[in-house]
Amino acid sequence: MAAPASPRAAARDTRRVAVLGGNRIPFARANGPYALASNQDMLTAAVDGLVARFGLAGERVGEVVAGAVLKHSADFNLTRETVLGSRLHPTTPAYDVQQACGTGLEAAILVANKIALGQIDSGIAGGVDSASDAPIAVSEGLRQGLLAANRAKSTAQRLKALASIRPTQLIPAIPQNVEPRTGLSMGEHMAQTAAQWGITREAQDELAAASHQHLAAAYERGFFDDLVTAYLGVSKDTTLRPDTSTEKLAALKPVFGKGEGATMTAGNSTPLTDGASAVLLGTEEWAAEHHLTPLAWFVDAETAAVDYVHGDEGMLMAPAYAVPRLLARNGLSLQDFDFYEIHEAFAATVLTTLAAWEDPDFCRGRLGVDEPLGSIDRTRLNVNGSSLAAGHPFAATGGRILASLAKQLSEAGGGRGLISICAAGGQGVVAILEA
Amino acid sequence: MTDLFSTIIGSSVARRVGVPQPTRLRRYDPGAPLCEAPVLVAGGGRFADGIAGWLDGLGITTIRAFDPQAPEPDGSHGADGSGRSDDDDTAARLGAVVLDLSEARDPGDLDALRVIGAPALRSLARNARVVVVGTDPSTLTEVSHVATQRALEGAVRSIGKELRHGATANLVLAHRDSSDGVRSAAEFLLSGRSAYVDGQVIRVDDRAGANPDAVRPLAGKVAVVTGAARGIGAEIARVMARDGATVVAVDVPTAGDSLAAVANEIRGTALQVDVTAAEAGRRIVDHALSRHGAIDIVVHNAGITRDKLLVNIDESRWGSVMAVNLRSILQLNEAILERGAMPDDGRIVCVASIAGIAGNRGQTNYGASKAGVIGVVDALSTQLRPRRITVNAVAPGFIETDMTARIPFATREFGRRMNSLQQGGTPRDVAETIAWLAQPGAAAVTGQVVRVCGQSLLGA
Repeated sequence: MAAPASPRAAARDTRRVAVLGGNRIPFARANGPYALASNQDMLTAAVDGLVARFGLAGERVGEVVAGAVLKHSADFNLTRETVLGSRLHPTTPAYDVQQACGTGLEAAILVANKIALGQIDSGIAGGVDSASDAPIAVSEGLRQGLLAANRAKSTAQRLKALASIRPTQLIPAIPQNVEPRTGLSMGEHMAQTAAQWGITREAQDELAAASHQHLAAAYERGFFDDLVTAYLGVSKDTTLRPDTSTEKLAALKPVFGKGEGATMTAGNSTPLTDGASAVLLGTEEWAAEHHLTPLAWFVDAETAAVDYVHGDEGMLMAPAYAVPRLLARNGLSLQDFDFYEIHEAFAATVLTTLAAWEDPDFCRGRLGVDEPLGSIDRTRLNVNGSSLAAGHPFAATGGRILASLAKQLSEAGGGRGLISICAAGGQGVVAILEA
Repeated sequence: MTDLFSTIIGSSVARRVGVPQPTRLRRYDPGAPLCEAPVLVAGGGRFADGIAGWLDGLGITTIRAFDPQAPEPDGSHGADGSGRSDDDDTAARLGAVVLDLSEARDPGDLDALRVIGAPALRSLARNARVVVVGTDPSTLTEVSHVATQRALEGAVRSIGKELRHGATANLVLAHRDSSDGVRSAAEFLLSGRSAYVDGQVIRVDDRAGANPDAVRPLAGKVAVVTGAARGIGAEIARVMARDGATVVAVDVPTAGDSLAAVANEIRGTALQVDVTAAEAGRRIVDHALSRHGAIDIVVHNAGITRDKLLVNIDESRWGSVMAVNLRSILQLNEAILERGAMPDDGRIVCVASIAGIAGNRGQTNYGASKAGVIGVVDALSTQLRPRRITVNAVAPGFIETDMTARIPFATREFGRRMNSLQQGGTPRDVAETIAWLAQPGAAAVTGQVVRVCGQSLLGA
């Protein structure tokens, strides 16, 4: 006979999850000022800045969840090691997650879910990436040879194993920014999708210019004073060009795509970047105990994936699928938002996603909805700039967007915001915030 | 801060050939005794008995009459600066002299300085303290009375210059027979907190106040410290936290990483804001109120230098110094007071500078701003007296910081040595003085500018 169910097992009421604030270090172009900083260094700086802002030194928070996309094998416990090197109490548990560019937002979803379920009362979600301090591995042939030598029982066997290593195998494997299953870079994938959807160069450059202008204006009005902490002498994102314009961007040569139709340049694509971010989440009670005012509520989230390998969907199109499912579950339309944060992996990513939601055939055929989701008010899109201007240290982008949107909603005195982040492997992570 | 010159000056060779050597100053250590050797409490004023009783209560040996004939190993020491060996038996010496001349009314009464002072000064231990207690001349009317009390100032300043081996002399001017202020000032001056405070006159009024906790006098208080990311400001934040305060550390976003490190070290909170921004006052008050409920103490430390001769100065050098060093203080005070963020009994402490008293070549902008700060203290202390909020300033002299390390060699050495203690002060010395002014026990101290300068010759 089964034991009687505990009262909690019977029915669990979920709790509201507050976004209380965030912190990131300024993002910096790869091989620049953070060239010698490790993922752990940067994530520790982001966490310690958050700890200082919210007076958490010596405190144990429920859990710290973070990750990196470009990760050394030695960093198998990156987040826990970061906690141990931070000012948080050493008894704070931590774990790593990795979902390509969705890592940061996925980490926040995991923390939020545990908070909602009553498993923890507070948590920090973060992400970090260094494109400068990237791992370099030995070649597969060399690795197999060395492992065989290690398994060898006699000197003769060992010598035989080592003799099998060829000189060319001594060349290290440099990490490449390509999809394992297609061999194409993310930019090449995006270029194919952009061409399919007829996204123009002008529209991309306009979006890129707006991103820089919005980010510069946000810095100017002190918006980032309590979202960013200077690091290694850098106090603003180094990829930010406040004086850029569509004219200047129009002068750049395309770097992705082929021939006449190529539209994607270094100006309307995100550069490789180093950086880290962290976001503090908690229950209303925990916030009140710590005299913190919630900026926004973490309402719901959804992930999706597309088959870009066997099917014909674009690799970065998954958010287009995730959003309608999230809207349906929450009884909302695409127009029910005051702010939209669509991660600018490339200007074309944002534009194809928006175009897809406006397209009746795509919406009916691919999303299975009768009516197209429709268009959005573009003045509500990425109002404080996004990745084209700030840069995109893969796993750190989710935390940047989450904290910025929460603060924007709080400043606006309330409202609803949508976050959409595309990720390698044909995935997408989206979420709703409300204030 | 060690440089080649200091190494040579401090070397054993230099010592043997008679180069004057600065004494390692006694600095405050929480929980350590106020004084390391017996204290002579004399002079026959109305506070002497109270002070002696208080010191006895702290377990410090007090002597009410000093007998120069008492056994002493070697009578050649003291104020004359003659060679004192390092193995002095301090037990046979005086840790401090508290000379209460508050009842002196006739110039003849001042003879006590000579009669009591001379033998005592000869027997001072290393880092001893001379605290003279007088009566605030402004509370007296008779010309001879005022003259007699005013004379103490000249005497104490001269004694400060006569003393050696880290000993200091300061004057406390009492208000009629109110003793809390005298005790608070005496405690500060006797302790290691006042290591670099020398030749100063501190006026106390009749407000009563006591520290609820001797080791953590600022327990339960919320302190906002501007410019807290580094240097003197970071040290102020540390000392306030050590003394029990919850600290809101404020600095510009570009200093955010060092600010976060300071805030985390002292378990305070970091607030990144440029104090010259229009929103600064609102943001600081919002942060302090929402997180900590009130601002009990504000320390206006943020300051910059943009040195140029007046004939060469441009608009930005002039304007930025005024904006940071002076206008930001006016704005922040206004924001705090307007919104009732500071309860009665609050504390406002500004960081002025001896450049604001004496002036400095090439620092017309800085000197003006820091003199302006003294004006803030004058005016606001009077205005806030009914609410028992005290407003004071410290005026640092030569303090060993990254900023002074960049001063050209000759100027730096001049600044460092041209004071009665023959050395520069430390950020800690400035911070300790500020933390004292912020104490509940220092309620009687308002409208004062306390120089932390080792009795610098500048602006004396």
